[in-house]
Amino acid sequence: MSTDAIKLMINGVGHSVAGVTAGTTLLTVLREKLALTGAKRGCNQGVCGACTVMVDGAPMRSCLSLAANCTDQDITTVEGLALDGALSSVQQEFVSGNAVQCGFCSPGIMISAHALLRGNRALTAEEVRAGLSGNLCRCSGYKKIVEAIVKASETRP
Amino acid sequence: MSSLDTTETGVGTSLPRADARDKVTGRAQYIADMVRPGMLYAAIHGSTVAHARIKGYDCNEALAVPGVACVLTGKDFPDGRMGAFIKDEHAIAKDKVRYLGEPVAVVAAEDESTARRAAALVRMEYEDLPVVATPEEAMADGAAVVHEGLTDYFKVFPVICGGNIASETSIEEGDVESAWDDCDIIVEGEFETPAQAHLSIEPVGALAEIDAEGRVTLWSANQSVFRVQANVCESLQLPMSKLRSLTPKVGAGFGNKMEPHVQPLVVQLALKTGRPVKLILNRVEDFEIVRARHPFKIRCKTGARKDGTLVARELEAILDCGAYGDDSPGVLGYSLLMSRGPYRIPNCRCHGKLVYTNRMRFGAFRGFGNPQVTFATEQQLDEIAELLGIDSFDLREKNIMQPGDRWFGGGEVASNGLAECLGKAKAASDWRAAGTRAPTTSGTRRALGVAACAHISGLLGTGAIVRLLEDGSVVLNTGAVDIGQGSDTVLTQMCASTLKVPADRVAIASPDTDGSPYNWGTTASRVTYTTGRSVVAASEVVAGQIKQQASEIFECAVEDLELRDGGRVGIVGVPDRELTYFEISARAHWAAGGPIVGSDTWVFDQPSVDPKRAVATGLPFPQIGVYSFGCLVVAVEIDETTGKTEVTDVWSAMDVGKAINPGSVEGQIEGGFVQGMGFALTEEMVFDGPRLVNPSMLDYKVPTTLDSPLEIESIIVEAAEPDGPFGAKGVGEVGLVPVPAAIANAVAAATRCRQRRLPIIPERVLNGMLEQSVEN
Repeated sequence: MSTDAIKLMINGVGHSVAGVTAGTTLLTVLREKLALTGAKRGCNQGVCGACTVMVDGAPMRSCLSLAANCTDQDITTVEGLALDGALSSVQQEFVSGNAVQCGFCSPGIMISAHALLRGNRALTAEEVRAGLSGNLCRCSGYKKIVEAIVKASETRP
Repeated sequence: MSSLDTTETGVGTSLPRADARDKVTGRAQYIADMVRPGMLYAAIHGSTVAHARIKGYDCNEALAVPGVACVLTGKDFPDGRMGAFIKDEHAIAKDKVRYLGEPVAVVAAEDESTARRAAALVRMEYEDLPVVATPEEAMADGAAVVHEGLTDYFKVFPVICGGNIASETSIEEGDVESAWDDCDIIVEGEFETPAQAHLSIEPVGALAEIDAEGRVTLWSANQSVFRVQANVCESLQLPMSKLRSLTPKVGAGFGNKMEPHVQPLVVQLALKTGRPVKLILNRVEDFEIVRARHPFKIRCKTGARKDGTLVARELEAILDCGAYGDDSPGVLGYSLLMSRGPYRIPNCRCHGKLVYTNRMRFGAFRGFGNPQVTFATEQQLDEIAELLGIDSFDLREKNIMQPGDRWFGGGEVASNGLAECLGKAKAASDWRAAGTRAPTTSGTRRALGVAACAHISGLLGTGAIVRLLEDGSVVLNTGAVDIGQGSDTVLTQMCASTLKVPADRVAIASPDTDGSPYNWGTTASRVTYTTGRSVVAASEVVAGQIKQQASEIFECAVEDLELRDGGRVGIVGVPDRELTYFEISARAHWAAGGPIVGSDTWVFDQPSVDPKRAVATGLPFPQIGVYSFGCLVVAVEIDETTGKTEVTDVWSAMDVGKAINPGSVEGQIEGGFVQGMGFALTEEMVFDGPRLVNPSMLDYKVPTTLDSPLEIESIIVEAAEPDGPFGAKGVGEVGLVPVPAAIANAVAAATRCRQRRLPIIPERVLNGMLEQSVEN
């Protein structure tokens, strides 16, 4: 069942990953082969959004993405968001705005938020609500999460 | 973070979480992220029948799968039983299975998919027994008995039980029978609430390894490293000293991770294989075999005089226990203790039964039975208000407990901010003008609804150890697991403020049964109040030792010394006579007095029942807690075509004694609201007989961003608890308690049709509106 090693570009770094079968998901490769455990397995069926990663600039469920299909794509995980250790504006707003509780959904929400912020303009709360509707959070009630992303969209350089 | 002044990081500030950077960068390690050298992965073979005797196992096929290290069945486990109140549960099914999915065999293999494949190949031979899927079936004459050995099980309190009745509780104050004659009106009704899934986004899991001496180290997603230790050691008959329980970050707990889940299974696999073993449940398993909120059936009757004075209440509750006792006797007793609500009702009688069935175990879930009874009792207050033509707020204000009043059962209440909660929620929501406000969209009906409530924080044993390190910085160790609600930060702030150091100079130790003082658990809204008290007390011991050292150096009296901001000790009135904690601690470590360590332990010991005022039987906890209060107003808009209810605005006023970290208090109120809104409007674990038919996030609907109102106004009320740390009491649960009731009251106001069954789905609302239009 094993295929040849596949090449993946993750957070700007090339990886050669062996032992990937046709059915191996990107989430499994990230977590179990590359020790990138930021993306979480919450439901493994594409509902909770905790496994969200960015693929060519768009948020994608890594639990529903086959790793072998991602070879020519630019993948960003939560580990790739804080450049040189400096938090991104949205990460900083989550920290200072008390928008993080248990943190299990946070990696997926960080990715969805970064995807929303790519438009490079101030976002309304309604836009953020719509953009985050695929990320479940059971702790926060979402209010502080939406506020943090709106604020990040207004204050980033 | 740079060192900030104490006043910028201490009690009363919204200090960011100590672990927030770890969590937003993906570095935080949860149980599923952990790997140990040589680790095996485990999988469960769950029962395919709901009630049966186990006649035989065939593990040969599973064992033949390449990569399988071990297959264990009930025969390979010791005979110990665990359970918070009734010791009725083995680590794995032995002799008998009692619910679908109950673990009957476990496999450890070199990787997860091999373990799962092999687990599916275990063959079982069962002798089917009649299934009792509901409390009604289980209480019927001649019903099959779920636990034949119930009478002989060890119990931690005098449980009233027999047949399939796991526990029976009653509380009575006043004279209910004759009080009905004093009532001008009486409302009576039946209410029903379904099972709710906790649905932590993190599924449960555990990892165990043993050393060469056979001592176990166990990491798991949990709410109490100490309850994990106790449950594993009871069920596997291990001395507690042979097991060390630790915790990684926990991806939320709402009661689901308080008592055991898979910990005993991985420990036994590790003991048998000698290798580390990890087991993480998938989402379906997490739905089916961990635990959920109890389904309640409630019959409630409330009477009042014409002027609105409440006179009498009677409440009867039937709880589906599921197959094992778990926390259920506590939930029954607590729900009954809450059944009078925060009101003066002089005659009140409540009674409840907890019934074993062949369903998954039900257990603790944020609110602990209180949201269910409040759903009934707060709706009846609105029914009375409507019948008497009295405003809902006026009726409540007329009847609320006043400062100094005792709780139902006779327990003392030292702080009571309920009147302020009502006043502030009413003002913020502009309640009086509610009727004049039009819906935001046409074709909808808009109305407000209100509910008041109270909840405890307290229970059982707690401790703290505070150590001053050589350089004058501090390590705090409490054993309380931060499950995401932020207790590590709150406890750090309390320690920092007591010692007058910036919060970033206090490290908090991760809970460890080897090194932390006992902590019963992160449950019962208790950590801020109970553990906080120990943190303050232990910090004060350290402060005393610092002053003792300084008094010897300055040759002055201890009473003449004060702690100063930034971590210094000086002589009162002499600004330049002071020493840093570094200077003090260095002397203590190397010259005189010994390293500075403060500790404190205590157990909550205030009686809940006064036998002179009330008669209680079968109540599991004689000493329960101090009281937080709350009042919630919601605005709903109901689509007249579809019957769908949307909550548009929320005003939640909660009396928390003192907000140690206001941002985190808001987080609890907002998160509790939305979880309660899910319970009210969309969430239901649907059973077909004993089988859960919707064990997936696709079919079980929790609120998303689009379902959740952003207009949630958290109003913090601070009626200081005299013995609370800085006056604080708990906030973890109280915000959820009134949610289903307030939403139901708003729905009734909008539709003129009362919903007595949760969830309030569009179909039920639409049917209610249609019946109204037919009648009119």
